[in-house]
Amino acid sequence: MTANQVAFLLVGGLAALGATGVVACGEKPVRSALCLVLNFFLLGVLYFMLGAELLGIIQVMVYAGAIMVLFLFVVMVLALQSQEAPRHKERRWPLAIVGAIALAATVASVIVTFDPSPFSQPVGDGYGKPQAIGAYLFTEYALPFEVASVLLLVGIVGSVLLARRNA
Amino acid sequence: MNVNALIPTVDWRALAPFTIVVCTGIVALIIEMLRPRRNNNLVVGVSLFGLLVAGWSLFGMLGGPSDESFAGMILNDRFGQILQLVMVGSCAVCFLFSEPYLREKRIPFAEFYPLALWSTAGGMLMVSSKHLLMVFLGLELLSISLYCLAGMSRYESKSEESALKYFLLGSFASAFLLMGIAFIYGETASLHLGRISEVLGAASASPLSTIGAAMVLVGLGFKLALVPFHQWTPDVYQGAPTNVTAFMAAVSKVAALGALVRFLWAIGTLDTVWFPLMWWVAVATMTVGNLAALVQNDVKRTLGYSSIAHAGYLLVGVLAAFSAPGRVSLDATAFYLISYAAMTIGAFAVISLTASGQHEGTRFYDVRGLWKRAPWAAGCLVVFLCSLIGIPITSGFFGKLLIFQAAFDAGLPALAVLLAVNSAISTYYYLGIIQAAFVTEEGAVAPRFGKPSASLNLACAVCLAGVLGAGLFAGPLIRGMGTAEVGPPVGVPVQDPLTIHTKNTSD
Repeated sequence: MTANQVAFLLVGGLAALGATGVVACGEKPVRSALCLVLNFFLLGVLYFMLGAELLGIIQVMVYAGAIMVLFLFVVMVLALQSQEAPRHKERRWPLAIVGAIALAATVASVIVTFDPSPFSQPVGDGYGKPQAIGAYLFTEYALPFEVASVLLLVGIVGSVLLARRNA
Repeated sequence: MNVNALIPTVDWRALAPFTIVVCTGIVALIIEMLRPRRNNNLVVGVSLFGLLVAGWSLFGMLGGPSDESFAGMILNDRFGQILQLVMVGSCAVCFLFSEPYLREKRIPFAEFYPLALWSTAGGMLMVSSKHLLMVFLGLELLSISLYCLAGMSRYESKSEESALKYFLLGSFASAFLLMGIAFIYGETASLHLGRISEVLGAASASPLSTIGAAMVLVGLGFKLALVPFHQWTPDVYQGAPTNVTAFMAAVSKVAALGALVRFLWAIGTLDTVWFPLMWWVAVATMTVGNLAALVQNDVKRTLGYSSIAHAGYLLVGVLAAFSAPGRVSLDATAFYLISYAAMTIGAFAVISLTASGQHEGTRFYDVRGLWKRAPWAAGCLVVFLCSLIGIPITSGFFGKLLIFQAAFDAGLPALAVLLAVNSAISTYYYLGIIQAAFVTEEGAVAPRFGKPSASLNLACAVCLAGVLGAGLFAGPLIRGMGTAEVGPPVGVPVQDPLTIHTKNTSD
């Protein structure tokens, strides 16, 4: 086993643990949110290990930083801990098991039939660098980029609309 | 790096309808900001003008050849153009009757207009793209606007319930869609539907692509309110303000159907997997929608279930076109979409009259005596409901007839028969609504209604013209559609699961 694999197993395993913690701490929203921060942060580390530095930085800044802090604010301001979450886990178990098995089978099928040859070539110069991503965003993906900006506008106008009780 | 060489040439002509609608929304928002606490007539006027221009530009493109631009992110073909025209028209008609309704209900938000315009633009993207990334962005644009609009009536708890339910379930469905797209990308290394179709056609079905396709179908099926992803529909339709419900019922259904057709086209070679599934989904959607509608006592809820049933009829048309490529086209489905939009918006427009002050009752007994207060609107309601039932000379009749025929031609007789049976069942609850609007019991106190405004009467007239006009000119309209070319290029004709053991006489 190479050092690379050890590092991947360590970070990936911790990220999976964090994701499990999000669900397992369902009744303690703050703990659940902190587990999510851990998961987001470790995913950023994984991106770094893959050479996608910009993606890693954005992952840490936007998800672990901005979004999760907002989540924690909301959770703490609304004091959601005081409310008992309704408990009806028993009914969800069969469905959850079926879904988990289906997902595991899918992943397993990909791993078994995996053909590494297309992935063994070295990536091109500038892979994962801000320049390369910027060039893509403003050339080939310029249109989706603009549509995403309309989407953000909708988000802003919509949230203002819902936050006002009266005009 | 020479960036200039990479910048794609912008095909403004293909992008024009979308751009016009988005910019109209921005202009409408600015006007609203500049004139706070005034009436919204200018906002409505500008929005309608923008929709008119967008419709005109779409109409101008109808004759042209179909092409792709932006590496397939924008697709210009007749099917997409017709669907976009339907959405632009639906949005305009909703605007016509929205202003009096919003005033009557004391909903002071002129933001309705820009949000609805952006929502329409999102729907337009969904039907005119061959790129899954654009389909997803279009879907989010459509949906996020709708989540906000559904909760627009701030003092009504059922409106907030509607928005929250729609948002939570909608995000869940979006997650499915996105995961499915990721799986398909993992298999084919492309988001372009044409390329996906090629790669999937070259290899045998793998678990990854099958599950990915199934997840995308779940996401789109949710938007289209196909059974078993329909549970949100009645609650959301009932709780949302009636003008938003009308918009939702027409625009988001047309958009989702367009995207579904494009996606099924791309996974044409997996049809041994999805065809039987979608067959059963169509059966369940028609039947569950109609049976559940029978026991409702709220007009908006009933129409919500009826829209589920209509999604089932549309799916029959789509399946017919896919199972007999070349022989059966999507014309019947496109025609049905036009008539569905007209009759559904019309029916909701009339029902919006029941709002009086901040109160809104849409139970059957709340519409009693509608014809006394608003004879024109009540008369129109009868025509719309007759069209929803499928009574001759209305477009609803011809639409169902065409889909019925298409299903028979494609060798799916079981679906055709189920469609006919379901139409017969639906007569009962549609007649119930008509009866509620026309029959007043002796001594019963008729509920108060808002006075029908001129613009509401105009909206009814436009829908009436749509329903009757499409019925009278069904022949020329169908011949003018020419949507045959969207049919699947690959894939073997599939058979009706129920007739698979009988002799196939079509060949």
